[in-house]
Amino acid sequence: MLEIKNVSVIFNKDTINERRALDNVSLVLNDGDFVSVIGSNGAGKSTLLNAIAGNVTVDSGKIYNNGYDMTYEKEHKRSKYIGRLFQDPLKGTAPSMTIEENLGLAYSRGKKMRMGFGVRKSDRPFFKKECEKLGLGLEHRLKAPVGLLSGGQRQALTLLMATIETPELLLLDEHTAALDPKTSKQIMEITDKIVKENNITTLMITHNIKNALRYGNKTLVMSNGKIIKILEGESRKNMSIQDILDLYSQNADSLSDSAILG
Amino acid sequence: MNFTTVMGGIELGCIFAILSLGLYIAFRILNLPDLTVDGSFVTGLAISSAFTLLGQPFLGLIFAIIGGALTGVFTGLLHTKLNMHAILAGILTMTGLYSINLHIMEDKPSLYLGGLPNIFDGLRNKVIINGYDYGMLIQLLIINTIIILALYLFLKTQIGMSLRATGDNEEMVRSSSVNTDLMKIMGFGICNGIVALSGCIYGQYTQTATVGVGTGMLVLGLANIIVGETLFKTRGIFNHLICIFLGAIVYRLILTYAFQLGLPTSDIKLFSAAVVILAIFIPSIKPRYEKWRKKNARD
Repeated sequence: MLEIKNVSVIFNKDTINERRALDNVSLVLNDGDFVSVIGSNGAGKSTLLNAIAGNVTVDSGKIYNNGYDMTYEKEHKRSKYIGRLFQDPLKGTAPSMTIEENLGLAYSRGKKMRMGFGVRKSDRPFFKKECEKLGLGLEHRLKAPVGLLSGGQRQALTLLMATIETPELLLLDEHTAALDPKTSKQIMEITDKIVKENNITTLMITHNIKNALRYGNKTLVMSNGKIIKILEGESRKNMSIQDILDLYSQNADSLSDSAILG
Repeated sequence: MNFTTVMGGIELGCIFAILSLGLYIAFRILNLPDLTVDGSFVTGLAISSAFTLLGQPFLGLIFAIIGGALTGVFTGLLHTKLNMHAILAGILTMTGLYSINLHIMEDKPSLYLGGLPNIFDGLRNKVIINGYDYGMLIQLLIINTIIILALYLFLKTQIGMSLRATGDNEEMVRSSSVNTDLMKIMGFGICNGIVALSGCIYGQYTQTATVGVGTGMLVLGLANIIVGETLFKTRGIFNHLICIFLGAIVYRLILTYAFQLGLPTSDIKLFSAAVVILAIFIPSIKPRYEKWRKKNARD
């Protein structure tokens, strides 16, 4: 269970450019929740994910994972139980290393460093089986450098790497946005399958409102560093894209009002 | 060019191959050129000379490696913990090391080690064919083989893989729960440990230790790597290591030949710098020429 309590992140604090990227945000994710996050640019979606992953330090508030306070834990320590995907497919893999070496590295996540080879003979059948699940033919190219793969293949591999050692939390930051529509759909379906199979608590940012409503069991709508609406169950099912767009614009109005009234 | 000169060139090439194999870790694996080597080469040389003067050249070899590794760790700490640029961190360590190296050498700018016990004594005058003593070369080849195999196996281990990935895609490595700072510090440590070993062997080979000999070692090491990579284009870590070894020998033979043709020894650094610049410049000519050709073809 992930608990976020009154978290604020302020950029350029005490300057004229001060901006509250996260404004007193509280949120609880239950085990197995697959939550999509939507909102216009600058709404604080990415900051929320970065605060959870640890590459943004929060200014106030606490973040708990299964009751454990991880607010100030270092990024590489958190990544023992957090899997992460970025928008840029090049970010998640080491290009000059082979597919099996990348998987070997990911497979060691959270475990103690051991001596001996990074890719053991006994690991190969397992890696092969995992790659087969993606249905992209990567299982035949385990010894090929990752730099030779296409963006979609690299993102699929990153997804596999993030989940090969089942994480307690999976953070997806617009992970299909840089791919063509067909590949994007393919990756979304693989994501959904992996998340459901392993019952991974997932937070997914997307600009694709259709996907946001279609996948997962909850949807957060963010604006100006706040969560303005949590959709789930019936109300989520009956939401249309237009309803969401209306939500965005309503909120934009309320901001300008408050800005004028000071 | 007579036979003895060529053999001397190959032997020196083997010594500087060790330097380049160390530098490979920083320059190619971590993608960070490490200027510490100009200092750590002399640190290895100085420590080993000081021990040789005490009659313990092998102990000197071990402490040279340790001393060199420590200089690298220091640069790594400056780079990661103080967020300093890797080049500045290297320059600072290298500059400070100049004084430390002098102190290790009992504040004398040069030491003569002739007639003292030497790490090459084991095979000296044992393998003589046609009047040339191959003992030195054999020992140098053994050392190089050990280093190449050790580096190759190390880079295939889990720690070695994390090190490679750190140079390749740091962000990804951090999200695989690896401490990238530690990896960089370790990389710098290994690099300079090997460089110091090369300095130690250079001192044992020439039987002298001079405090100023380190200047330009980074460029020399880069020249070896780049010559090797340009001549023997290849993929894979093992082949890459072999390339560097061969590159160092080829480069040293080119230098030897240039000396024979009358290049003054004082121009060696200029020559090395020019080789590095040329090796980087030449591959960029072709695409530029292609672009120029296409542009003019349209009219």
